[in-house]
Amino acid sequence: MALPDTAAIRTMVQKHKRYDHMFAILGLLCLMVGLLTLLALLVDMGMRGIPRIDWGFFTEFPSRRAANAGILSAWVGSALVMLVTAAAAIPVGIAAGVYLEEYARKNWFTDIIEINISNLAGVPSIVYGLLALGLFVYQFNLGQSILSAGLTLALLILPVIIVATREAIRSIPGQIREGAYALGATKWQAVHDHILPYSTSGILTGVIIGMARAIGETAPIITIGALTFIAFLPPVPGTGEPPAGMFDWLFSPFTVMPIQMFNWTSRPEEAFQVNAAAAGFVLVFMTLAMNGLAIWIRYRLRKNLKW
Amino acid sequence: MVTNMPNAALQTAPTSTIKADIRNFNFFYGDFQALKNVNMSIEEGRVTALIGPSGCGKSTFLRCFNRMHDLYPGNRYEGEIVFHPDNTNLLAADVDPIEVRMRVGMVFQKPNPFPKSIFENVAYGLRVRGESKRSVLEEKVEQALNNAALWNEAKDRLHEPAYNLSGGQQQRLWAKDRLHEPAYNLSGGQQQRLCIARCLATDPEMILFDEPTSALDPIATASIEELIDTLRGKVTILIVTHSMQQAARVSDFTAYMYLGEMIEYGKTDDIFVKPRDKRTEDYITGKFG
Repeated sequence: MALPDTAAIRTMVQKHKRYDHMFAILGLLCLMVGLLTLLALLVDMGMRGIPRIDWGFFTEFPSRRAANAGILSAWVGSALVMLVTAAAAIPVGIAAGVYLEEYARKNWFTDIIEINISNLAGVPSIVYGLLALGLFVYQFNLGQSILSAGLTLALLILPVIIVATREAIRSIPGQIREGAYALGATKWQAVHDHILPYSTSGILTGVIIGMARAIGETAPIITIGALTFIAFLPPVPGTGEPPAGMFDWLFSPFTVMPIQMFNWTSRPEEAFQVNAAAAGFVLVFMTLAMNGLAIWIRYRLRKNLKW
Repeated sequence: MVTNMPNAALQTAPTSTIKADIRNFNFFYGDFQALKNVNMSIEEGRVTALIGPSGCGKSTFLRCFNRMHDLYPGNRYEGEIVFHPDNTNLLAADVDPIEVRMRVGMVFQKPNPFPKSIFENVAYGLRVRGESKRSVLEEKVEQALNNAALWNEAKDRLHEPAYNLSGGQQQRLWAKDRLHEPAYNLSGGQQQRLCIARCLATDPEMILFDEPTSALDPIATASIEELIDTLRGKVTILIVTHSMQQAARVSDFTAYMYLGEMIEYGKTDDIFVKPRDKRTEDYITGKFG
């Protein structure tokens, strides 16, 4: 047998490894494009907006004078709409995900549902706005209200939560599930005692990513008729005359952060542009904070799961 | 109620009571027939081993006894698995698979404790049966851990002995502390014994072992085999193993399966010393498999 040609092998390995380096550099470049753009946006917005952010910015209503204008009605509106969105989307989304994974028979019907849920996640948000305008605002007569907006955004993020729930459930090893069933657990016992607890981290991540998307949505909210200038707050939840009055806040007109921003950017005065940058910075900070929360929750809960 | 002495109950057990009769049994994964006309009787309180090359259907057969196949679509049973003394056909349409799993416990190939505390793992079978009284749960958990030889393990790993406590109290103290630790803190062999304790807590009539030591090292394997030995006479055991030596060590009866058929079934000593069928002989002498 011929002796191995060490030199030839080395040259060959070196040559092949060049592609490794090339791809690493290319990948890094691609990563930088995304990261630097985000960073540039943040820095630009921060430089212009941060000096404008003070206590008054959060406690003042919008005003014709840029220096007096604040985001009170916008952030309160955003918070209340998110509350409705969470209350509607989380239980429905998780229940649908659990049903599809654990209960539904696998046949052509569930296949169609599955494909459609994935497709729904890609439908432009304005389409949800149009649907909500016809359905919630006119058909159900809910008006241009916090309730309509919350439900619209709930529809928008429902596919995200369903998909996250299913992924989280699928990541539970089959033998853990079988272990529960082998002890005589019913489906509900298995879901309640094992499947939901072990998939909480994945589900929560999906929920928060969905909510972070919802908080920045503008198009569907404008479509259903959110106001752009609002100088009053909705009633504080639960304070109206019980029982029906306690829910008055749901039917109040409202505005949200991105709409307030949109309104300010469309003004000609430079001072309003600064306001918009400041509001944008607050909104991005809120979104990043939510994503950070998702990462932290995932880290905390996954620590206890080893398989 | 249960002692830790190996084979203690065997001496008092009446000779050869039949626990289960398998009659004209076939099993299908969709169109594929995985088990073909299996007939056998399993003796109560004895250890019966299922051996055979990979894909022979031994695990498939084992998982019929607790109707595990019902969890997945497209599977079909034919024939009967009749449990005595109540003559219930486990495969009958009006017998709920959950009812079957209440009577038949299972230990899996890889230890699969729930990501919960040791206590909650063992107590889960009782909780599923609606038991919620703390005192009852605690008693049964201790008993099951004892029977699975985990309680004793505890003693050796007690780091700081409380000098004024008796040995028994020390064990209790240790176990009390560790009971609420996550089950994943245990070693692989201990986890598998925990899974056996989880089965034992509900006093099943039969326990199915699906290659219970294939993921364990030799020392942990020995401890599981020892444990199976102590369970002899108290519960009917059906064990699938890919190791012929293991079958020879732990079982009273051995069934050799090949391509979905039951080739030979009899006393372990007979099967290994004087197999009647050529195919059994080829397998146990290592000519193939």
